[in-house]
Amino acid sequence: MVVANDEVDLSRRKFLTSATIGVGAVGAVLAAIPFVASWEPSERARALGVPTDLDLSKVDPGQMVIVLWRKQPIYVVRRTPEMVSSLTGHDDRLKDPESKSSEQPAYCKNTQRSRKADILVLIGICTHLGCLPKQHFAAGDPELGPTWPGGYLCPCHGSRFDLAGRVFDGSPASVNLRIPPYSFPNPNRLVVGVDEKGEA
Amino acid sequence: MAVPNQSAASATPVSSGAPKKGFYAWLDKRLPVSEFIESQLTGYFAPKNFNFWYFFGFIALVVLVLQLVTGIFLTMFYKPGEATSFDSVQFIMREIDFGWLIRYMHSTGASAFFVVVYLHMFRAFLYGSYKAPRELLWLVGMLVYLALMAEAFMGYVLPWGNMSFWGAQVIVNIFGTIPVIGPGLVEWIRGDYAIADATVNRFFALHVVAIPLILLALVGLHLIALRRTGSNNPDGIEIKAKVGPNGHPLDGIPFHPYYTVKDTVGICAFLVIFAIIVFYAPTFGGLFLESANFEPANPVSTPPDITPVWYFTPFYAILRAMPDQRLGTLAMLLAIVAFFFLPWLDRSPVRSIRYKGWISKVALAVFVVSFVGLGFMGMRPPEGLYVVIGRIFTGLYFLFWILMPFYSRWDSVKPVPERVVYHAH
Repeated sequence: MVVANDEVDLSRRKFLTSATIGVGAVGAVLAAIPFVASWEPSERARALGVPTDLDLSKVDPGQMVIVLWRKQPIYVVRRTPEMVSSLTGHDDRLKDPESKSSEQPAYCKNTQRSRKADILVLIGICTHLGCLPKQHFAAGDPELGPTWPGGYLCPCHGSRFDLAGRVFDGSPASVNLRIPPYSFPNPNRLVVGVDEKGEA
Repeated sequence: MAVPNQSAASATPVSSGAPKKGFYAWLDKRLPVSEFIESQLTGYFAPKNFNFWYFFGFIALVVLVLQLVTGIFLTMFYKPGEATSFDSVQFIMREIDFGWLIRYMHSTGASAFFVVVYLHMFRAFLYGSYKAPRELLWLVGMLVYLALMAEAFMGYVLPWGNMSFWGAQVIVNIFGTIPVIGPGLVEWIRGDYAIADATVNRFFALHVVAIPLILLALVGLHLIALRRTGSNNPDGIEIKAKVGPNGHPLDGIPFHPYYTVKDTVGICAFLVIFAIIVFYAPTFGGLFLESANFEPANPVSTPPDITPVWYFTPFYAILRAMPDQRLGTLAMLLAIVAFFFLPWLDRSPVRSIRYKGWISKVALAVFVVSFVGLGFMGMRPPEGLYVVIGRIFTGLYFLFWILMPFYSRWDSVKPVPERVVYHAH
């Protein structure tokens, strides 16, 4: 298109303006990357997130031990046979009895939600808003009524979980307690944060 | 450079009379000082019928300055970090001369800010100050409120007490309920696998630099928008519609000296109450500073119950009232977002509650009762009757907003007078 010297080519000007804005916007987004990325967990935080060990011989039947993994409390319970049998019979009162929508390694996607029936490993952070559920292991706990099979009650917003960390109906939490990857290098040693697939 | 638009301003009886000389004249030639005073204070006409409710905007400004000054001094002694935060606050409280006073002024100032802002917002509800042409003024005000909530939340984390830690845990985890991106987002906000050193450091940076800058910019915008539309008044009448021969509103009086003097009285009363709280009840029975925060953050021990500071409890109660966590988060978000739509939800032909019918009055009363009621429920443990009452108030709260377009239109209105109702003292 031929344009006289004193005329303004508006379409050309419009194109140049939008091209400049476009390149500037891409530049702004690229420039934001380092700032946004700086908020990711640092190398140090990641290095401190290595697996945690626990000597299981120190955990008595019916007892719960809390270990820290990645600064999260990990609940380790050696369940008695009665506690394991308490997991059956209340599926109709659970939101997700088969742990379909909860977060756990594939080897924990069973009724007991564990690799070994007696050892329960849970991330002790309520899936509602992150408080620590408290242990109410006794069946028929007076605070929780005669039908209570034993489990956890979150003190913050009242979510209830059974002894496999499965959430009860009527709780504000909608998914079961999370389970971290874990493995047993020998029968008395639990390592949280690593399994056959490697470190989490 | 000479001031070219003096002619318009000199028509006013209140314009600066005496010729300027000496340093002031020198200064005025280089900086538009008198022009600024003229346009913002002596030549800015506000309705003459302002009442009690009109104190709070100015008081909020004073509280903002108080928070900035006390905050600057606290940063001189505070050391952000997992290992240092809690101890440095104790250091301020016990070993810095008057450190306790500076900190208590800052912590009481935070609650005072919300008291004043809630009363300021209630004033807008009463007199329809959000209605056209002041929608943007209201929206900017709401952004100030949001920035204030972020500022207060992050400030509450800094002392690194156990309630700081668990409050941060609960609030940050709210972002985790967002589908798909939630868990990654939470990790990004914390900068670690839990609320940790990285978190308290970035909250410190945001609390003392980023958000105060945003807050100041928004407050500036709020004032600029206010100067554009002018203040509303208890009668909800546009005073600019009735102009006298001198071009000024008949029902308007210059902001200075009339309202600067009036606001000074308000500030005095406010400071008396403020000082009484700072000196005699700085924790305010656990409302302003919660007892669980007097022990250091402990990732393996949750306080008996986690409750946010009182100014967040209405929204916290709504969050907890829902049986499902996603629904709870959504409801809480909607409860805040609703305020942004207020200028368009209110379809009433009149602004002020004085000329609205009984339905609007009842609705506003129900809203206030449910908001305050939710505030109380948010401080109680989530069990038994408290949950039921919390749900009832949540329902009423949302009914106020959802039904507003209907009842505000159907409600009867009284005739609005031509001029503001005003009795000289």
